Amino acid sequence: MFEIVEREEMAQGTIISNWVRAPKIAKKAKPGQFVILRANETGERIPLTMADTDPERGLINIIYAVVGKSTALFKTLKVGDAYLDVIGPLGQPTHLEKVGKVVCVGGGTGIAVLHPITRGLKQLGNHVIAIIGARTKELLILEDKMRAASHELHICTDDGSYGHKGFVTEMLKKVLTENRDIGLAVCIGPVPMMKFCSQMTKEFGVKTLVSLNPIMLDGTGMCGCCRVQVGGRMQFACVDGPEFDGHQVDFDELTLRLRSYLPEEKLAYDRFKASLGQGCSHKS
Amino acid sequence: MSEEVKAPKKEKIPRQKMPEQDPQVRRHNFNEVPYGYTPELAMKEAERCIQCKDPRCKQGCPVEIDIPGFIKFIKEGDFEAAIRKLWEKNSLPAVCGRVCPQEIQCEGLCVVGKKDEPVAIGNLERFAADYQRLHGRDILPPKAPPTGKKVAVVGSGPAGLTVAGDLILKGHEVTIFEALHAPGGVLIYGIPEFRLPKEIVAHECRYLERLGVKIEVNAVIGRTETVDELLERFDAVFLGVGAGLPMFLNIPGEHYIGVYSANEYLTRSNLMRAYDFPNYDTPLVRGKKVATFGGGNVAMDAARTALRMGAEHSYIIYRRSHAELPARAAEIHHAEEEGVEFLFLTNPVRFLGNEDGYLTGVECLKMELGEPDASGRRRPIPIPGSEFIVEIDTAVIAIGSGANPLLTKATPGLALNKWGYIIADPKTGKTMKPRVWAGGDIVTGAATVILAMGAGRLASNSIHDFLTYGW
Repeated sequence: MFEIVEREEMAQGTIISNWVRAPKIAKKAKPGQFVILRANETGERIPLTMADTDPERGLINIIYAVVGKSTALFKTLKVGDAYLDVIGPLGQPTHLEKVGKVVCVGGGTGIAVLHPITRGLKQLGNHVIAIIGARTKELLILEDKMRAASHELHICTDDGSYGHKGFVTEMLKKVLTENRDIGLAVCIGPVPMMKFCSQMTKEFGVKTLVSLNPIMLDGTGMCGCCRVQVGGRMQFACVDGPEFDGHQVDFDELTLRLRSYLPEEKLAYDRFKASLGQGCSHKS
Repeated sequence: MSEEVKAPKKEKIPRQKMPEQDPQVRRHNFNEVPYGYTPELAMKEAERCIQCKDPRCKQGCPVEIDIPGFIKFIKEGDFEAAIRKLWEKNSLPAVCGRVCPQEIQCEGLCVVGKKDEPVAIGNLERFAADYQRLHGRDILPPKAPPTGKKVAVVGSGPAGLTVAGDLILKGHEVTIFEALHAPGGVLIYGIPEFRLPKEIVAHECRYLERLGVKIEVNAVIGRTETVDELLERFDAVFLGVGAGLPMFLNIPGEHYIGVYSANEYLTRSNLMRAYDFPNYDTPLVRGKKVATFGGGNVAMDAARTALRMGAEHSYIIYRRSHAELPARAAEIHHAEEEGVEFLFLTNPVRFLGNEDGYLTGVECLKMELGEPDASGRRRPIPIPGSEFIVEIDTAVIAIGSGANPLLTKATPGLALNKWGYIIADPKTGKTMKPRVWAGGDIVTGAATVILAMGAGRLASNSIHDFLTYGW
């Protein structure tokens, strides 16, 4: 059992942060790697990239958006509750190196994954420009941490309620135009965001890393469920990734495969919400 | 002179059939297909064994079970003695009785089988194990005094469970590390409930735990810990991680929704119990027209799972003919009885999908058989212009597995062959890395449960020698 020792609700309860006791994983994990979690015996195996670790206390940090039955079930876990299974660290760590000037772009919960990478790039002596975005001000997460992990921070909201009004891609274009010496871009967020960011950086000839989130099962390269096309070759995100060259990834195929279980996901989520509703309205 | 010779010629007993679920009923449920022998049927079948002095059946058994020995006890109705006899050589008799290819091993060599049908050795082994599990006294085999030596077993499939079972009885401390959240390896994620109930695997694992084996799940060796780290804490390490890398057909359209590797399809259904969705959270496409590619046991398992998931048509598409099917005879027979449709001499060329990305069909070529190839089987050759389309909404690719590099890449000092399998001494399982042994599919490539157990047995003997005598 893997106990939750700290829990925080972010973005009006749509995003949850957990610090989970997993000493062996905390000791080994590096930025960019992920874990697979299962809440209970009937649960799914859900992959989540770690947002942070605390090896001394034996803790790992996961930050997830509540988007379906499994994450809604995770949300019900309080401090003192435990995940039944946590497996990791899985995947390849981010290759962090000094390149000079870098830009880090994050959207939604992708910011949580981006943060340790941004911090690592700054620690290596890079000049780090960060761009983070959300639909609206209330949904933006980790602003303070990202400010501390970068030299310049740009904020974008789709509705203009905070920072620049518009998508992160627009800000990325401005930053790339004004900083012709950028040697690396790291873009992590929803698939369309990563796709358009990668198109943008390609125009500027800037090498780009993206972190992919395909559907997974075992996370050890055994099932091939997370297969993605990268540069025309089949790669498994769980063992070859999750980070890949954004200019080589077939984002359209990834988008398509992420829709594999839409009807089942809706059915499971609706049933779960109905069961929660019954639980709440039950009066003795 | 023995009594048998003097006695008047007995009436010949036919091979006793094991009662089974009706095919039309079982194709809609996940319950086990055969019900097993009753004690009466088992004792009657055991009478058919002529108790050869130099039994050939035993030579066909990769773990060298004293087959006439345990059968004699069943004939006498001493079922506890029968299971004790089996345990001497085999810690997983309930599994082996169900999944061994007996027709090419023990039963294939049975002398009775020369003129008549061979003694049903697999069914009898299964009976002895099941009887013990369901009705037996709470007994354990004798265990040697503690040696103070520690062994790490990586992987809890048939090879790893065998090594653990052998070495715990010899007095060593054994810890099994399993990457998934439940122990059993292929027995739990690969082989379906209707062929090997999960409760039986769990029972075998509990039996090892009662003997003192520790089982750590969620431990991905190579990631959570490395082999070198295990070597700091353990005197010896056995690697039995299985093949574990899915093969794809490498034809266009494998990204369409509904195309699965057999590993994924079966893991969802078996380990994650997707057949019981939404009571279990893991989904699996419930295809109406399913094609499984390949002709081995895994292909039969997938095609029969598809029927139970509600498929109206479940095809096996195989590029050779019936005679070349590598699956166990009983599995082919069961698949045919349940209505799996075989398309022989057929090879897929590309998958077809609709605009939303869902699989709609597969284009195939007809084949003919030419000269035998390196495997001794006649090579299939495409017939030009014979393209045709099979309408399907689900495809399962069951054409074998490769070597999963996750552990081997993270373990310096292991020697690998050109396919990525670990090089190990075939007689001892010793690898090129000191204090590290390996066996099963990660050495041989995808094979059978019993061959992995045989490799585990050789390795456990070698590990015991090393821990006892230092070599």
